[in-house]
Amino acid sequence: MLASLAPMIELQGLTKRYGDKTAVDHLTFTVRPGVVTGFLGPNGAGKSTTMRMVLGLDAPSSGDVRIDGRRYAQLSEPLKYIGALLDAKDVHGGRTAYNHLLCLAQSNRIPRHRVDEVLETVGLTAVAKKRSKGFSLGMGQRLGIAAALLGDPEILMFDEPVNGLDPEGIHWIRNLMKGLAAQGRTVFVSSHLMSEMALTAEHLIVIGRGRLLADTSMADFIQQNSRSYVRLRTPQPERLQDILTAAGHTVVSTADGSFEIQDGDAAELGTLAAQHQVVLHELSPQRASLEEAFMRLTAEAVEYHAGGPTGFGPAGTGALPQDVPAGQAPGQEQAPAPEWGAQWRNPGSRKGR
Amino acid sequence: MANPSAVLQSEWTKIRSVRSTVWTLALALIVTVGLGAVICAVINGTWNDRSPLDQATFDATAASFSAIVLGQLALIVFGVLIISSEYSTGMIRTSLAAVPQRGSFYGAKIAVAGGLAFVVSMVTSFLSFFVGQVLLGSHRTSIGDPGVLRAVFGAGLYMTLLVLFCVGVAGMLRSPMLGMSILMPFFFLVTPILSVVPKAKDVARYFPDRAGQKIIQVVQTPDNHTSYGPWGGILIMALWVAASLLGGYLVLKKRDA
Repeated sequence: MLASLAPMIELQGLTKRYGDKTAVDHLTFTVRPGVVTGFLGPNGAGKSTTMRMVLGLDAPSSGDVRIDGRRYAQLSEPLKYIGALLDAKDVHGGRTAYNHLLCLAQSNRIPRHRVDEVLETVGLTAVAKKRSKGFSLGMGQRLGIAAALLGDPEILMFDEPVNGLDPEGIHWIRNLMKGLAAQGRTVFVSSHLMSEMALTAEHLIVIGRGRLLADTSMADFIQQNSRSYVRLRTPQPERLQDILTAAGHTVVSTADGSFEIQDGDAAELGTLAAQHQVVLHELSPQRASLEEAFMRLTAEAVEYHAGGPTGFGPAGTGALPQDVPAGQAPGQEQAPAPEWGAQWRNPGSRKGR
Repeated sequence: MANPSAVLQSEWTKIRSVRSTVWTLALALIVTVGLGAVICAVINGTWNDRSPLDQATFDATAASFSAIVLGQLALIVFGVLIISSEYSTGMIRTSLAAVPQRGSFYGAKIAVAGGLAFVVSMVTSFLSFFVGQVLLGSHRTSIGDPGVLRAVFGAGLYMTLLVLFCVGVAGMLRSPMLGMSILMPFFFLVTPILSVVPKAKDVARYFPDRAGQKIIQVVQTPDNHTSYGPWGGILIMALWVAASLLGGYLVLKKRDA
């Protein structure tokens, strides 16, 4: 059809409210072709709701989402444009894998031989005539991916595709996604694990509580967020702090009584302590992990805290991507959890349906 | 927009590829024909025990449809499962991602379910009639007698409409358990009981099953009301069906999948 239009997913102010709870809050971003775009956020951040709105399953409260410039419901044979795997359990278990794919193919006038092809691609040919209720988690996931690939679409969207898979299955899905992107397709994949995204995604969209927190390339994210610092521990904290401050270092004390120094290296700091005869119990260079950076970024936006303010990581001012309100990063003291478990009272996401 | 024949084909693949279709429809046919045959044989064997009035007003056609009230339970299950299994399994999200035009999806489902129900209902109806008449012996009637063909065809129509009514209700309720636990007692217990309660039966006769079953009667008995005729009854039932299907459509259209 409109061959000139690049296969993109465009969200414009997309919002979804359930009563007084806002699950997705004015999301605006574009998913582009040729790379794997990771869609990252803690549980309950609104990733699945966003993806359901992309497919027209849930109606947005406001805003708009377009596929190749058109609304999903305007696509007459959508499986040829966008293939999606939202929940691998969204099949009738009484139907065989073959018939499940056949009914989807027929509705979009996709030739029957594609069913055999995608079954071959995902490695389910041997169980094609078996009812899918007997499938393992991994087989179900493969069936869902087969359905997504059926129409040979330019856009693919996967919601937490590696959840519950064994290492072999995870490896397979990662390679599949990279391969699809390398063919120039648009691949949009959600996860709540930064480590997973770091392995597959080239572009990153981070949301928390339905809001956009970052829209950046993975390379930039890593560069800006893998902060390095030196940790010092001493039985003479007041003395050490004075010395360090006098030497022009910014000292950050952490909850467990250690100090963190971002400027300066371990050798210099060790020498400084020795010159003033301060006893050190620890002197170690540290590098914050991406997982930590992600948790810091989403700290305020986590739907369900394990209990009280999250006390991970040092308080630092590592460069965070755009749009983070000042003071959020070191935000332990103003994390919005006035009392233990208060966050629990937020109306739940719709995951449990 | 979605290609109608493609969506019909897809829905046909769906309906024929699950076991519940076969067992519900087979059960409806076996129970209606089989139990109806037994009842006809018993009537024939105990004919002389009947009062003269009963003998004079005996409706041989309706007798062969005696088991419809039981056989229709399987049809209710069929009608409910057609749409609510999409919700209970989560298939609805996969289906609507493939056919986002919800009207096309719903229309194709109704057409396929209704078409299949029509064929099975007509086979059940004519089979019930002919088997029943053979077993009624000398008390039988003939398909050529006045009103008989209408009643036999009407019985098939009634069963088809019942399925469609259940499709619509299940579409509104979106849950197999809820659909069955409301519709089965309603048609098996509530309307038969209300139909013998003095005041309530004036209302109950406008319920879809009571109104639709009017067409099966060939012989009018004194306690048969006459506020509507056989086709009037079918029309009343058809209005119920239209309302229920419309309700199902609005729910599908409005609510998030």
